[in-house]
Amino acid sequence: MTAINVATESPALQNEQMRPGQTSPRLALPTVLFLVATIAVPIAITFVYSFLSTADIGTGVKWDFTLSAYRHLFVQDKLDGTTAFDTRYVKVIWNSFVYSAITTVVTLILSLPIAMWIATRAESARNFLVAAVTLPFWISILIRTYGLRQLIDDNGPVGGVFHRLGLDYHIIYTPTATVIGLIYVFLPFMILPIYASAERFDFSLAEAGYDLGAKRMTVFRKIVLPSIRPGIISGIALVFIPALGSFLQSDMLGGGKANMIANVIANQFGQSRNWPFGCALSVLLIGLTVLFVQIIRGISARSGDQVNLV
Amino acid sequence: MGSKMRHRASAIAAIAAVLALSACGSSSSDGASSGAFPTAGTGEVHVYNWTDYIDPEQLKAFTAETGIKVVLDTFDSNETLLAKLQAGATGYDVVVPSDYMVAQMVELNLLQKVDVAGFPNGKNIKPNLMDVYWDKGRQYSAPWMYGTTGIACNTVDPNCAKITSWKDWFTIGAPKMDSLKDQVEVVSAALRATGVAAADLCTTDKSKYLAAQNLLDGFKPAVIDSDSGIERVIAGTSNIRQAWNGSAHRMKAKVPTVEYIYPKEGLNLWADNLVIPVGAPNLDNAKIFINWMMDPKNAAAESNFTGYDNGITGSDAFMAADLKSDPAVIMPADKVALATPTPNCSKEARDLYTQVFTTWTTGQ
Repeated sequence: MTAINVATESPALQNEQMRPGQTSPRLALPTVLFLVATIAVPIAITFVYSFLSTADIGTGVKWDFTLSAYRHLFVQDKLDGTTAFDTRYVKVIWNSFVYSAITTVVTLILSLPIAMWIATRAESARNFLVAAVTLPFWISILIRTYGLRQLIDDNGPVGGVFHRLGLDYHIIYTPTATVIGLIYVFLPFMILPIYASAERFDFSLAEAGYDLGAKRMTVFRKIVLPSIRPGIISGIALVFIPALGSFLQSDMLGGGKANMIANVIANQFGQSRNWPFGCALSVLLIGLTVLFVQIIRGISARSGDQVNLV
Repeated sequence: MGSKMRHRASAIAAIAAVLALSACGSSSSDGASSGAFPTAGTGEVHVYNWTDYIDPEQLKAFTAETGIKVVLDTFDSNETLLAKLQAGATGYDVVVPSDYMVAQMVELNLLQKVDVAGFPNGKNIKPNLMDVYWDKGRQYSAPWMYGTTGIACNTVDPNCAKITSWKDWFTIGAPKMDSLKDQVEVVSAALRATGVAAADLCTTDKSKYLAAQNLLDGFKPAVIDSDSGIERVIAGTSNIRQAWNGSAHRMKAKVPTVEYIYPKEGLNLWADNLVIPVGAPNLDNAKIFINWMMDPKNAAAESNFTGYDNGITGSDAFMAADLKSDPAVIMPADKVALATPTPNCSKEARDLYTQVFTTWTTGQ
């Protein structure tokens, strides 16, 4: 159908004024349809389901409008018959926030020197090093996380070191393990945008700074940092926001305890069979994500940087 | 949509025609229902089973004997399976729900009533597994493996000697303890530990759940999961683990000091089943597959692989000696009374289970 329409209407299109390099907006249609089907429709379903009731039998929802899923986020009808403010989900959201923040800070600290170092190599070396940073993407995230689990397991190399030192210290199945997993997975997402900014930086400007008597830190703070700031802001967005909704690290490395919001959501669609509540939690997570995107946009707009966010 | 369904219908017709022809070729006709029961076919049978719960060698043997290729896919919980079947046509011919889930699937009209008891090998179903609550007279389901959920303990850990009950398990506070990530198993064990009788595990009395929740408040295992248990006990990372008896058997094969504890308040007896979902594209192949698996020799081979007892009479003759002599697999006479069917609760009771379980997992 679409193809026929384009064909019959193409003479009309030719009459329109088109700038060089411009083409019919209809060519965007497949992409738009794809995005609507894979993003807009699922979000709409999530939103609608969050206002419905759980099915009496089986999984799924019953078409009875209710706000109970949202009430359930903050109010708990306790087993002793009393009603109380429910801190459980607020705590889980706070956990997710803290883990993501730590992940962002640590990946930023690790990425700055790495990205700067790569950016200052010769071009052939740079290409090789960038390829090396993207190398982990060649392997499934599940397998990499599993590998990390073996590594930090009590019986693995890391646990062995603690054992030999006589320390009764365990990393695996603790929040620390979850955060290590997040840092490991998200590090390339911080390095690459910072590198992209740093690569465009004209290092003769830094030399000029030195020539005019500035110390290393001053050069970094006043000349280098402002130039690579768009990369840093992109990196923060690319790490913090997906980390907030992470599931795998907490599930596999954190001991399967519901420590992050995504784990609680997954549980609602599995064991708990409470889709409306899972949807309400998802709506909350989407809301938080949009909020952080807006905050980062605001920061980048105020600093006048060109940040590639979306 | 319409064309897709027609396409599928014609495929089924084609397979049925082939099967009819092959049935005509062979003269044997011992089928109880209309016409001979098919014994060989063409094409595929799509099986959806729990992870690591079917012997790959047996699937090859099935293909060699019947000419039907097996396509295997796996799931990790009854709820995952239910969600898939409820979402609509899945392309699966045989799926493997547990007891209570069969009951719910029958109620939701998700299963085909194929009169499994009337299959040629239906006569092999153990008498005590024939009139089960989830399928009286075995109209929908064939027995697969069955077992109990208790505690596996590596006796090199001195705490093992101190655990004889669920109450001990929840209160001992030992290191290297793992719990299953299973709402029904965890909460029902806590209910048993706080004095709820087996027949009363689906109570809607909130005070009972409050007591269970208070008990769980102090229970902080190292890990809550259902899939890495065997490897963790073998590696020595975990010593005391809530476990299915077949897992305990497989742990013992590698770590002889592992013992399976039957908690004295009682434990859940579960039974998995082979069923055919509505809309199965290869119905006859599914029947052939289920009938083949009810052969004592084939059932025994699956037991030898999974470490669980099965529901087929006469299979013991083909079972491995270490399986038959393991008190974890074959319940000792004095423990039989402890095992009661996994509770199949009302929505109201299930919601209370969920509430206790969620409070526990988010409070870790």
